[in-house]
Amino acid sequence: MALHPILSSLRRHKLAALLIVLEIAVACAILCNAVFVIRERLQRMQVTTGVAEHELVWIKTDGIDGDDAGARLERNLAALRGLAGVRSAALAFPLPLANTSMNFNPELDAAGTKHGPNIGMYLGSPGYLDTLGVKRVAGRDFAAAEYDAMDSWQPRSPAMLVTRALAARLWPGQDPLGQAFWVGGRRYAVIGVVDHLVRGDLRGSASEYAVMMAARPNRLFSGLYVLRVDPAARGRIVREAADTLLRLNPTMLVNDKGTYAELRAAYFRQDRAMAWLLAAVCAGLLAITALGIVGLTSFWVSQRSRQIGIRRALGATRGDILRYFQLENLLLVGAGIAAGMLLAYALNLLLMKHYELPRLPLSYLPVGALALWLLGQLAVLGPALRAAAVPPVVATRSV
Amino acid sequence: MFGYYFGLALRSLRRTPVLTALMVLAIGMGIGACITTLTVLRVLSGDPLPGRSGRLYYPQLDPTGRRNTEPEALMTYLDAANLWREHRADRQAIVVSANVKVFGPQPGARPQGVSTVATTADFFPMFGVPFAHGAAWSADEDRDKARVAVISAALNDRLFGGADSVGRSIRLDRWDFRIVGVLGAWHPQPRFYDLLGAGAFAGGDDVFIPFATSRDLAELGIQGAGVDCWGQLTDEVHLENQPCLWLQYWVELDTPARAAAYRDYLRRYAMQQKALGRYTHAHVALRDLMEWLAYNQVVPADVRLQAWLAFGFLLVCLLNTVGLLLARFLRRRGEIGVRRALGASRLDVFGQLLVESGTVGLAGGGLGLLLALAGLWAVRHSPSDYARLAQLDATMLGVTFALAVCASLLAGLLPAWRACQVPPALQLKVN
Repeated sequence: MALHPILSSLRRHKLAALLIVLEIAVACAILCNAVFVIRERLQRMQVTTGVAEHELVWIKTDGIDGDDAGARLERNLAALRGLAGVRSAALAFPLPLANTSMNFNPELDAAGTKHGPNIGMYLGSPGYLDTLGVKRVAGRDFAAAEYDAMDSWQPRSPAMLVTRALAARLWPGQDPLGQAFWVGGRRYAVIGVVDHLVRGDLRGSASEYAVMMAARPNRLFSGLYVLRVDPAARGRIVREAADTLLRLNPTMLVNDKGTYAELRAAYFRQDRAMAWLLAAVCAGLLAITALGIVGLTSFWVSQRSRQIGIRRALGATRGDILRYFQLENLLLVGAGIAAGMLLAYALNLLLMKHYELPRLPLSYLPVGALALWLLGQLAVLGPALRAAAVPPVVATRSV
Repeated sequence: MFGYYFGLALRSLRRTPVLTALMVLAIGMGIGACITTLTVLRVLSGDPLPGRSGRLYYPQLDPTGRRNTEPEALMTYLDAANLWREHRADRQAIVVSANVKVFGPQPGARPQGVSTVATTADFFPMFGVPFAHGAAWSADEDRDKARVAVISAALNDRLFGGADSVGRSIRLDRWDFRIVGVLGAWHPQPRFYDLLGAGAFAGGDDVFIPFATSRDLAELGIQGAGVDCWGQLTDEVHLENQPCLWLQYWVELDTPARAAAYRDYLRRYAMQQKALGRYTHAHVALRDLMEWLAYNQVVPADVRLQAWLAFGFLLVCLLNTVGLLLARFLRRRGEIGVRRALGASRLDVFGQLLVESGTVGLAGGGLGLLLALAGLWAVRHSPSDYARLAQLDATMLGVTFALAVCASLLAGLLPAWRACQVPPALQLKVN
C-alpha cells in the first residue's frame, strides 16, 4: 500500500499526529526505564545468601551478663536442641541480610602498612557452620579447640573460613588455604573456604566479602540464637524457642524473633514495594496510551467517514480501509518509538547520575519498541474495523 | 458568564460520555499518582520542629582524617566533652541512644526493652519538649551523674497507669532511677535528633537519662547503633578514650551571627587539635537541622524516584488529554463557527473552551483524590518505616484540585487556541 495518501493526510492533522507521537515517546521512555528498574530490583532479590534459608529460625535477645554467662548459654542451647523438630542450635552473629553487621579492614602484612577491603565478620559457637548450612568447598571446619572465649570484639582463635569471593579478591590465582591477614596486629589464617555467604547487608560487588570465625559463648557473645529446624515446624518452633528462653531466663528480653524467610523478605520489602509500584505505573501508562490512541483514531474515523465512503465507492475494499488505519498507526507509533528511544536514553543518563542506576542495556530498546507497536495495533483495531464497516453509500449523503 | 460557560461545558460533556470519561480517567490517574507520591514526599521531608529548626545546628569534626574532604558524622567522646565544656553555644546537647531493659514498679514483672536516650539537660528546652508532669533534670544533676530519668507519656501509661509518677523510681537494668519528669505528647517526625542511632522513622523514645550518668553506668551499654572505630580498641565498654565515633551533638545558635561565630570557633578548635597532633585534617561543618536531614538523605531515594515517575505519568496523561480535547473541540467547529458568526469574540470562545477543560480537570481532581486516598491507604499498609505517616492533609487536598485544574487548563490551551482560529464564515459555508 502506498504511503503517500497516509502521509498527506497526516500532514493535515499535524497537531493531533504530533500529540500521539509525543505521548508514545514519553511513555516509551518511562516504560523502558521502569522495566529496567523492575528487573534490577528483582535481580537484587534473587541473591544467594549461602545459608539454609528454609530451615532457619532465629531468636534475638538482649544477651546474658555475668561470669556464669557461658554455662547459662550452654544450658539455653541444650534446651533449644531438645525442642521437637530442632536439628541443631548455635549462637551466631550476624545473619545474612539482617541489616546488622560487624565490619573491619584487615592489614595485609604483619607490619600493618597495607590495608585490605572492608570485610564483614561472622561469629559462631561450636557447630554453627552446619546450623547455618553454609557449603564448604575447600579446607576444613573449625576444630573443637578453636572455639575460644572472646575478650573483645575480636575472636582469640586465629582460624577462619573465607568466602570464595573474598579469597578471589585477596589472593587471586592462589590457594587461599593457609593465607593470612592481620586485624589490630592479631593474625588470622584461612583453614577453609565456603561457597557463598552474604554479609549483613548487600554492598554491590563486596556483598560476599565475609569471613567466618569461631567463638565460645560468653557475655560478649550471647545475643542471637539460630536454630536449624524441620521446615514444616518453623512457626511453632519460633514460638516455643522464645518461650523456652524466657522461662529459663527470668530477666531476658526477646527483642525480635522469626524465620529466616521472614528476615529475608523484610530486607527486600522496599525493593518489592518499588517493583510493584513500577509495574502498576507501567500498566497505567500502557492503558492510558492505548485509550488515547483509541480516542484519537475514533475521532479521525468519524471525521473522515465521508472520505472513507468515497474511497469505498471508488472500489477500495474493507481490507484496504482497515490496512490504511493500521499502517497509519504503525507510522505514528514508529515515529513515537524513535523519539522515545532517544528520550529513554536521556532519562537513563539522568537516573544514572542521580540514582546510581546502571546503564540501560540496548536490548531493552527493541523489546520496548515491539511492545508499543503491538499495543498501538491492538488499540487501533477497534476504530479501524469501524472505519472498514463504513458503507460506500455514505459518500452520497450530505452531512 | 462563567456560570453560563460552566453549564454549557456540562451539557457538552454529557453529550460525549465516553470521550469525557476517558479524559477524566486520564487526568484522575495522573493526579492520583502525583498526589500519593507527593504526600509521602512531603511527610518525609517535613520540618520536625517548625519555628525552631532554623536555630538548631549539628557541628561536625574530623578526628579520623580518613574521608579526605568531609568531616565525620558522629563525634568522639573527647571532642563532645571539649565542646561541651567550652560551652560556646546558647544551648547544647549530647545525644546517644540504645535499647535498655526497664523494670516497672510491680515486683516480679518481666522487663521491657525500651529506647533510652542519654543526653544533657538542654535537650528539653532546646527541642521544645513538653512536660506533662515534673521537669527536666538540672545542669547540676548532669554534672553530678545523678540517677534521674524523664519518661515518655507512653511508658508512664504502661508502668504507672498514666498517674503522675514524678518522684517514683524505675529500674534500668540493675540500677534505680528517680523519675523527675513525664513528657507530654512529643513525636517529632522525622526523629531528627538521633538519625544516626535508632533512625529517622524509629518509634518514640521512652526514657531519657543524663549522659554523664550513662557513662558512670557504662554497663548500661548506651553507645548508639553505629559505634564506628578507626583504630585498635582497648576497652569496648568505656569508650571515653577509644578511637571511636559514637556521639551526636546538637547546638542552638539564636542568631546567624552566633552561628557564624560558632563556625569560626569550630575551625579554631580543629586547627588547635591539628596543632596538638590529634587531627590530621581540620575539616569542620555546621549544618542546620534541615540541612542535616538532607545530608543524611532522610527521604529515601526511592521515594523521590517515585515522585518523578508519577510526574512523568501525569505528563503522558496530559498529552493524552490534549489530544482528546483537540479532537473534541475540532469536532465542534460548526457550533463554534455559529457562535463566532453570532458575535462571540475569539476570546469568548477561548474562555468557554477553557472552562470546559477546567471542568474536566475538576472531575479528574475528584477521581484523583479518590485514587490518592486509595494509594495512601496502600502505602499505610505497606511495611515501610514511614508507612503510618502517609496521611492526606488539608493542604494536599487543596493541592490535588489546584494541580488537577491547572493541568487540565494547560492541556486545554492548545486545543482551545486551535479551535478559536476557526473563521466563522468558512465553517458556515462547509456545513
